[in-house]
Amino acid sequence: MRAGAALLACCWAVTALAGDVRAPRAFLSPELRTLQDDPARHPGWLWVEQGEALWRAAPPDSGKQACAGCHGDITGMSGVAARYPAVAADGALLNLELRIERCRTEQQGASAYGYESEALLSLTAAIAARSRGQPVNVRVDGPAAAKLADGRLLYSLRQGQLNLSCQQCHEENVGKRLRGDVISHGLGTGYPAYRLEWNGVGSLHRRLRACSLGVRAVQAPFGSPDYLALELFLADKARGLAVEAPGIRR
Amino acid sequence: MTDITARVTMPTSARKGEIIEIKVLARHTMDRAVDAPGLKPSPRRIIHSFRASYAGEEIFRMALSSGIASNPFISFTTVATETGVIAFEWLEDGGAVYSRAATLVVT
Repeated sequence: MRAGAALLACCWAVTALAGDVRAPRAFLSPELRTLQDDPARHPGWLWVEQGEALWRAAPPDSGKQACAGCHGDITGMSGVAARYPAVAADGALLNLELRIERCRTEQQGASAYGYESEALLSLTAAIAARSRGQPVNVRVDGPAAAKLADGRLLYSLRQGQLNLSCQQCHEENVGKRLRGDVISHGLGTGYPAYRLEWNGVGSLHRRLRACSLGVRAVQAPFGSPDYLALELFLADKARGLAVEAPGIRR
Repeated sequence: MTDITARVTMPTSARKGEIIEIKVLARHTMDRAVDAPGLKPSPRRIIHSFRASYAGEEIFRMALSSGIASNPFISFTTVATETGVIAFEWLEDGGAVYSRAATLVVT
């Protein structure tokens, strides 16, 4: 009985902690949440299927193997997306997209797909989908610590003509409405996501560019160090929450 | 007949007389016609019809409009009568027809 009460108290504590940062799915309408959970209806899975086909296909002309040639079946990618962005051996911070691009140019001897290309989005979505439901757990120690600090700084930095920082919306006004939507904690666990506004799948950096535009700030290019650092900070903020990719967003 | 990026979700087998649900999701931009001052006019290019046949017989038909968003999702039901091929056809403006097929085993 006492053990049970202790366990219950423990559960409450965990809920309270998780309650500080709510998962992006908690901000979706019930209809969209159902859609996100139903692969039969979720259009993002069209991209996942394309990505799985790319995973098995050898790059043309280079004579090198397909992704599956080294990594085996894509099921082996389970949990990978939960660990990204991560710092590579040469000290560069890489998210899943850039990791794939690097593998493609260095290991497969092929030309890069290009950030935000359909092929790269598909492959990223297919790999990220294998980590669906797994808790985000990025490394922020060692070489990643400095990148995390950069991300935290950027998150709290006022930017643009509207002179707003990320945190003013996504910390101080969470749950309030902005332009017909509810302000979330701004986490990237659902990306690459199918966004209804885009009628297609897009990366987190595309979403961040939309946010930069929203506060009339300078949009950083796809894969820029600023957005990578921010992505790492957001992943750290989402620690323990489930990967939702491919998500459904408005 | 070309292929289309599509996901068909339905049971692979059913008992005779059972009602089965078929869900079909296709990738298509559903471009509505553009014609306005300052814009380059382009013709409408949408999936204007969708058809499904079961063992050679038509069981479902739908007319789609330009008011339907990209990547149209269609869901319908049918009664499992005999083992056979369920064929799906998407008809696009301009005359292109995309098709897919799935087999239903009836026990």
